[in-house]
Amino acid sequence: MSHATTSKASAGARPEPAVDRRPLARQRRNRVLLQVACILITLFMALPIYLIALAAMSSRQSLQKFPLSFIPDNFSTETMQTFLQSTGILGGLINSVQVGVFTLVLSLIIGVPAGYAVARFAFRGRDPYQLFLLFTRALPIVVLSVPLAQLFLQTGLYDSVLAVVLLHTALALPTTILITASVFLGVPRDVEEAARIFGCSPVQAFLKVVLPMAVPGIAAASIFTFVMSWNEVLGASILTLNQRTLPAQVLSSLAESPLAYRFAGGFLLVVPALVFIFFMRRYLTNMWGSTIR
Amino acid sequence: MAAPDAPAAARPQVPPAGPKGRRPPRRKGNSAALLLIAPSIVFMTLLFGWPMVSGILQAFGGPQGLTTANFSRMVQDPYFWSSVGNTLLLIVVMIPIQFVLALAMALLIRAKPRGSSAYFYIWAIPLAVSDLAAGLVWLTVFTDRGYLNSLLASLGLAPVSWLAYDNYPSMFGAVLIAEVWRATSLVFVIVVAGLQSIPKDYEEAAGVFGANFWSRLWHVTLPLLRPSLQTALILRTILAFQTFAVALALTGQNFPLVVGETYRWYTGLQDPNVASALALVVMAVSMVTAVGYLKLLRDQSEAPQ
Repeated sequence: MSHATTSKASAGARPEPAVDRRPLARQRRNRVLLQVACILITLFMALPIYLIALAAMSSRQSLQKFPLSFIPDNFSTETMQTFLQSTGILGGLINSVQVGVFTLVLSLIIGVPAGYAVARFAFRGRDPYQLFLLFTRALPIVVLSVPLAQLFLQTGLYDSVLAVVLLHTALALPTTILITASVFLGVPRDVEEAARIFGCSPVQAFLKVVLPMAVPGIAAASIFTFVMSWNEVLGASILTLNQRTLPAQVLSSLAESPLAYRFAGGFLLVVPALVFIFFMRRYLTNMWGSTIR
Repeated sequence: MAAPDAPAAARPQVPPAGPKGRRPPRRKGNSAALLLIAPSIVFMTLLFGWPMVSGILQAFGGPQGLTTANFSRMVQDPYFWSSVGNTLLLIVVMIPIQFVLALAMALLIRAKPRGSSAYFYIWAIPLAVSDLAAGLVWLTVFTDRGYLNSLLASLGLAPVSWLAYDNYPSMFGAVLIAEVWRATSLVFVIVVAGLQSIPKDYEEAAGVFGANFWSRLWHVTLPLLRPSLQTALILRTILAFQTFAVALALTGQNFPLVVGETYRWYTGLQDPNVASALALVVMAVSMVTAVGYLKLLRDQSEAPQ
């Protein structure tokens, strides 16, 4: 009975029940606009990387054509090979990796204990120490590099991997300490105390319980250190002459090198960024968000 | 304001080491702590203190004792004032663009579009790109026979020499775009982290009371983001003073920047004294910015939570 009335009623109201569809349409339009904006920004960010990859993977001949092709129609490793065989590039690559790894190790050896102390102890001078770290982060590399070059010349360290490692460690250390401090803050103290109760010494509790829990965060900090070292060009160029790192080598031969060389060099410098950010992407907001101040 | 810093993600990240007393009391242990931080203090003193002192001596050093001759040589160099002008112009134009863009990008990510994690990854990539590499990347676009001119040619337009010495606006534009591309990611990531720490309730409440998007942004989100924006602003300004390789890669010596001049004095002209004088100028400017940084930080941490 009631059925019949309702169907009759709805049939009577033929021209659609007055549902306001505008919010829904607006929401859909907003979604579309959102995607459009995201795609535009992505194009701005990704297109240059695509283009340098394209340029580095083209043959010398096709780089001389004009207009250049926007699609990879003749893939060739010729440009990259020529670049890698140029003087100082392979050595620079090896030096860069060495400098990065040694910087990473040294800054962890010095930085992790300090970060632990900042996170766990209320020692006197803790606040001045943190201010000191923040202050050193604000010092420009160039201020250190020029005098350090003179000092290293006097001490015989000039033009060595160690010289660049020392500079890069000094640059990375404040960040390493602040990041590891925030990582250790994230490890509950109860766990550590439990380990102590079960008979661990402080050092054992740290090595067996706290450190394993902190490893992911510390790994992110290390990648960050390596990236900093890999990218740093000014100090490395000033402190070396023959033992160039890769960016220093590219920079010093910039003026007299052909375009293909520069494209290949740029590409080789960018590739690690793709990998590093891929591994660090989950940690980025933590690292920059909570530790920067 | 620093309290709800840990993002909503599952990671057990905890707010930064803030003022004393916010967390349960830390272990006392002056000697142990000092032992742990001693290596870092020794290292930093050796590698920051020592070169800084000798850098100052070098900048004022000459054949006959202390002198300001290095500074007058620095100022008389024809490139000096144009490098100062270029650096300041770049910073003044670049930083507002970067902040607006980064804020827009962070808000887009917060709206959680489909594929937002892929977007986040791509937008963060330039964070790990050096300024030298950024310059080389954009060189493929702006060089005379590069991709931008190829595009123009295929559209039937005449190519432009974007990086030519006598075309200052386009040269500046190229450096600006390369720097915006490279360094906006840093601001973006800091702002995303800041947005994560703002509870959504505030904005929803404002929305319930009828505030539209722009007034929510202006009256709710931006004030709450202030600490992050300040951090990013000062960090970005300090770093912007150090930009040089991007201009070297794109324009050679045609667009001098202050740090690039230091590099030129040291490697090209082989005059470490003038290079030190220039470095001191950069340091003085950075110090002023850093003091502002620390002052703002103090205001922030002393503000009632």
